[in-house]
Amino acid sequence: MSDAVKAVFETGFFTDQPVHVALAVGTVVAVITAAVGVFTVMRGQSFAGEALGDLGATGGSAAFLLDVGPLWGFTLMSLAGAAAMELIGIERPRGRDLATGIVLGAGLGLAALFLYLDTTYHNTTGATITVLFGSLFAISSSTIVPVAALGAAALAIVLMLYRPLLLSTVNADMAAARGVPVRLVGAGYMLALALAVALAAMTIGAILSTALLIGPAATALRLTARPGRAMLVAALIGIAAVWLGVLLAYDSYYWPPAQHGWPVSFFVVTLIFLSYVASGLVARRRGRS
Amino acid sequence: MSGTAATPPTAAGAPAGPTPILSVEGISVQLSGRQILDQVSFAIEPGEFTGLIGSNGAGKTTLLRVILGLQEPSAGRVLVAGRPRSRRNPLIGYVPQKFQLDPDMPLRARDLVSLGVDSNKLGIPRPSRARKQLVAEMLDAVDASSFADARVGTLSGGEQQRVLIAHALIGRPRLLLLDEPLANLDLRSAGEVVALLSGIVKRLEVAVLISAHEINALLGAMDRVVYLAAGRAASGTTEEVVRADVLSKLYGHHVDVLRVHGRLLVVAGAGEDSDLAGHEVAFPAGEPRA
Repeated sequence: MSDAVKAVFETGFFTDQPVHVALAVGTVVAVITAAVGVFTVMRGQSFAGEALGDLGATGGSAAFLLDVGPLWGFTLMSLAGAAAMELIGIERPRGRDLATGIVLGAGLGLAALFLYLDTTYHNTTGATITVLFGSLFAISSSTIVPVAALGAAALAIVLMLYRPLLLSTVNADMAAARGVPVRLVGAGYMLALALAVALAAMTIGAILSTALLIGPAATALRLTARPGRAMLVAALIGIAAVWLGVLLAYDSYYWPPAQHGWPVSFFVVTLIFLSYVASGLVARRRGRS
Repeated sequence: MSGTAATPPTAAGAPAGPTPILSVEGISVQLSGRQILDQVSFAIEPGEFTGLIGSNGAGKTTLLRVILGLQEPSAGRVLVAGRPRSRRNPLIGYVPQKFQLDPDMPLRARDLVSLGVDSNKLGIPRPSRARKQLVAEMLDAVDASSFADARVGTLSGGEQQRVLIAHALIGRPRLLLLDEPLANLDLRSAGEVVALLSGIVKRLEVAVLISAHEINALLGAMDRVVYLAAGRAASGTTEEVVRADVLSKLYGHHVDVLRVHGRLLVVAGAGEDSDLAGHEVAFPAGEPRA
């Protein structure tokens, strides 16, 4: 390898197993959150997405306490949160916001308790940081298969529901008049959202999962006027952010403070933010607001 | 159908002639204790252009929702092409009243029309030349080709109406329902939409039921008017329905119908309370009120 390549890809980047796991899981999560996220942005449900990620944290902290895999904690709690939001009723946007807020508040209260117990009685001091901010490098290789399976399920739901979901997002009455079961389609979408957000929360952390869900999708919306293409563009942005983030985090072991490395979630989220800002400049130059 | 107000379903045997594309038979709707519609009956023949006229709150939207199957009536039934309507009825196309889309929604006019083909199907649509061709033809039919690739949310009200009409028509319905499509349009755009609709009705042999609170924009195009007031309906030609005696009976108190420069004005009669204020069909600014 030339020196230039060596400077970018530090020794071991291509052979390190945690890097492989990080790239594999990160890619899956980026694709899923992109597909779901485009609908989240179009439907104005960013708050629900954020709330489900935080609820995932409640499940993740409970999983640490019970010594079960964090994946199941994140996923089950996020699903339960989505179900609770659906049951409380979301006929009007305002009601939807209230339902989300109420479920989120209750969940965060539990998370506070679980994280307290994790750190005081269970001696898992890292739990708080891991649950809230995640780390792609801390993922066990045994989670690749379940992550891929859950991700495939979420993606399948979105692709199956693509047309009825798109029309009911545009106008619920038009969809209903065409025989689309709007409520059922919405519930199916919430299921996919809960899965996507749980996976994102586990990998880059509950607090940052919204960035991966909303950022690439919002960026894609500025760059293309076509719904299907927006999903593709968002996926590419997400993948690029994850890969570049992993590379930078790996390289950062040699940055000051030496031998510590910067959190990978920081790089991923920063790259997503920068792409959003850049897309704004591109859109403005094209004369679109 | 005669121009009498609010009669129960006709008991006069089987109707002769072609089956109406739409029969509304004795529809009543109560919402939270309020009688919104009271024994509304009328029929629309294939290819007819019908105006559903009434003031805000007269029950136009509720009636359209009943016809679409989005609202269960408390009494009565709706027949589409002679059959009880089912929820998923490809014979009916629908253009909703409230249509708001953010300008940054990634949805081109072309995409919205394409969604009209098979939006209730699962899975991703396969790209097909026939489908593209059909969408292009439909956009052309509503004169929307020039902005086919613009985001729907960035279009003007009149342009959006045309795209929505194309979306509703691409499934080849035999009845097109439009809920107040002229409400937020300027006079010129409204005239264009009406002209477009009446042309399409004849070309594609689609019956149109269009709700409006202002009758005059539709006068030249209508074959039939269904006039809603106080939850009740009168149906017939404009001459049969928009008359002092018929509308007085419908409103439950005296009204006059005036013709001014080819425009129709419905005015509360002398000595009446002014609770008709919201009920006039037209009141050009500055026109003296009775």
